[in-house]
Amino acid sequence: MSGDKGDGDGSGEGKGVTMRVEVDVPKCVASGQCVMIAPDVFDQREEDGIVVLLDERPPSELHADVRESAVVCPAAAIRVVEK
Amino acid sequence: MTETLAETTTEAEEPLPEFPMPRAAGCPFDPPPTARALHAERPVARVRLWDGSAPWLVTRYADQRALLADPRVSSESTLPGFPHASAGFRENAARRRSFITMDDPEHARIRRMVTAPFAIKRIEAMRPEIQKITDELIDSMLAGPTPVDLVRAFALPLPSLVICRLLGVPYEDHDFFQRNSSLLINRHSSVEEVVGANEALTDYLDGLVAAKLADPADDMLSELAARVRAGELTQREAANMGVLLLVAGHETTANMIALGTVALLENPDQLAVLRETEDPKVVARAVEELLRYLSIVHNGRRRVALEDIEIGGVTIRAGDGIIVYTGTGNWDAEVFPEPERLDIGRDARRHVAFGFGVHQCLGQPLARMELQVVYGTLYRRIPTLRLATGIDQLPFKDDGLVYGVYELPVTWTS
Ligand code: HEM
Ligand code: SF4
Repeated sequence: MSGDKGDGDGSGEGKGVTMRVEVDVPKCVASGQCVMIAPDVFDQREEDGIVVLLDERPPSELHADVRESAVVCPAAAIRVVEK
Repeated sequence: MTETLAETTTEAEEPLPEFPMPRAAGCPFDPPPTARALHAERPVARVRLWDGSAPWLVTRYADQRALLADPRVSSESTLPGFPHASAGFRENAARRRSFITMDDPEHARIRRMVTAPFAIKRIEAMRPEIQKITDELIDSMLAGPTPVDLVRAFALPLPSLVICRLLGVPYEDHDFFQRNSSLLINRHSSVEEVVGANEALTDYLDGLVAAKLADPADDMLSELAARVRAGELTQREAANMGVLLLVAGHETTANMIALGTVALLENPDQLAVLRETEDPKVVARAVEELLRYLSIVHNGRRRVALEDIEIGGVTIRAGDGIIVYTGTGNWDAEVFPEPERLDIGRDARRHVAFGFGVHQCLGQPLARMELQVVYGTLYRRIPTLRLATGIDQLPFKDDGLVYGVYELPVTWTS
């Protein structure tokens, strides 16, 4: 359940924390939730609305939104790795 | 508010609570007291349905998300053990096959045929048109007499017009499809009514798909017709999908508009915030909170277990029915503190009002957009909007699969 990883409240976000985002394209159900929450990181394919990752290493000001996207993704298609 | 359930007797001796459960008198927005008590004490518990069957009712948020995302849980309504809402629904299960009652990979293959028009950017591009329709409907209400039924004059026409344009269904036929759609989703409809309504709607959409085959336009039914021509779908399958989209596309949003308005009128401080804001983010937050607070699709997400599943301290056996009652999940204090408070300032994005897992609402970007436009416009344009009757006089849709009001008499000071 990668979707439960983030705390999503945006707290504890230090400078120097790096984030890597992965999407599992076959799992995506095109709900659009990630695009709604973090449009600079996620987009959708024109032909079927399936997720497209725009930014694999988003800047720290977007981390909270990316974590929230992973939490609400209904298909557990977003994985967030933080170091 | 939360009743206690006698736990001293064993399940065998004590009659199971019946589902669906009545809401408490005078608390039209609260989940039923029995469901809240189960949530507090027995989060995965057997309940009794109309046909005597005893599926599991799942009332906690975490369990709900876990089960709805679990591939061992099936939406296939023709499987034995599937908890049907009525005899009519059971009878219709085999006839009305669309992707909402299919499992992956078949579900994913078909759902992806209709996901493109609901992508965030495409829906965002419809905002000006939805705003225009909203303003026109409000103009005609303001030009007409009061009191007026907000359901007939506004809440139902808006999403119906929008889904008609998206699909390519003539809006002039709205009396026909709205009537049949209400019959289709009412659990008190007889078997004949449900089957008849389904046949009528499917034949109607079948005819439209045939017409689009001959004369395509820029709409979703024409896209489905092209897939019929390409051999990816039969015409009947395309018609079934059309019925699903047409019904899901207008009933739900219409009820959110009307019931959301009732909830806001009952919470004037919250309504005032919406009425006075210029900030689309405030409105977007309010939409999520109202979706959470009202959980209008109140029949429960219906499923059947394909394998044994341990959850919430019980074992759900393969073949057992499962009902995920999102009304209490969205009122789970561990996720939403003070859940009984309508607080449009809270971050409610994690609600499960659109379901969870692979069947999560396909139309959610559209529904959100419509509600953002409506909640951001209606109360600003009619600031003195109020009920023209007591709230206890309103006909609440306890018998529908989608909760709301059948009628909403409103008035204002001109
Ligand atoms: C506020 C409005 C709406 C609410 C609360 C709502 C709620 C839901 C819920 C709870 C489900 C999940 C069903 C399940 O898991 O068994 C669902 C599925 C669905 N909804 Fe919506 N819905 C809304 C608006 C719409 C609109 C505007 C459309 C437009 C066509 C739509 C189309 C669908 C479809 C096609 C499905 C089936 C998805 C699948 O099985 O993969 N809904 N909706
Ligand atoms: S939230 Fe998940 S399912 Fe929805 S579009 Fe993004 S990746 Fe796909």
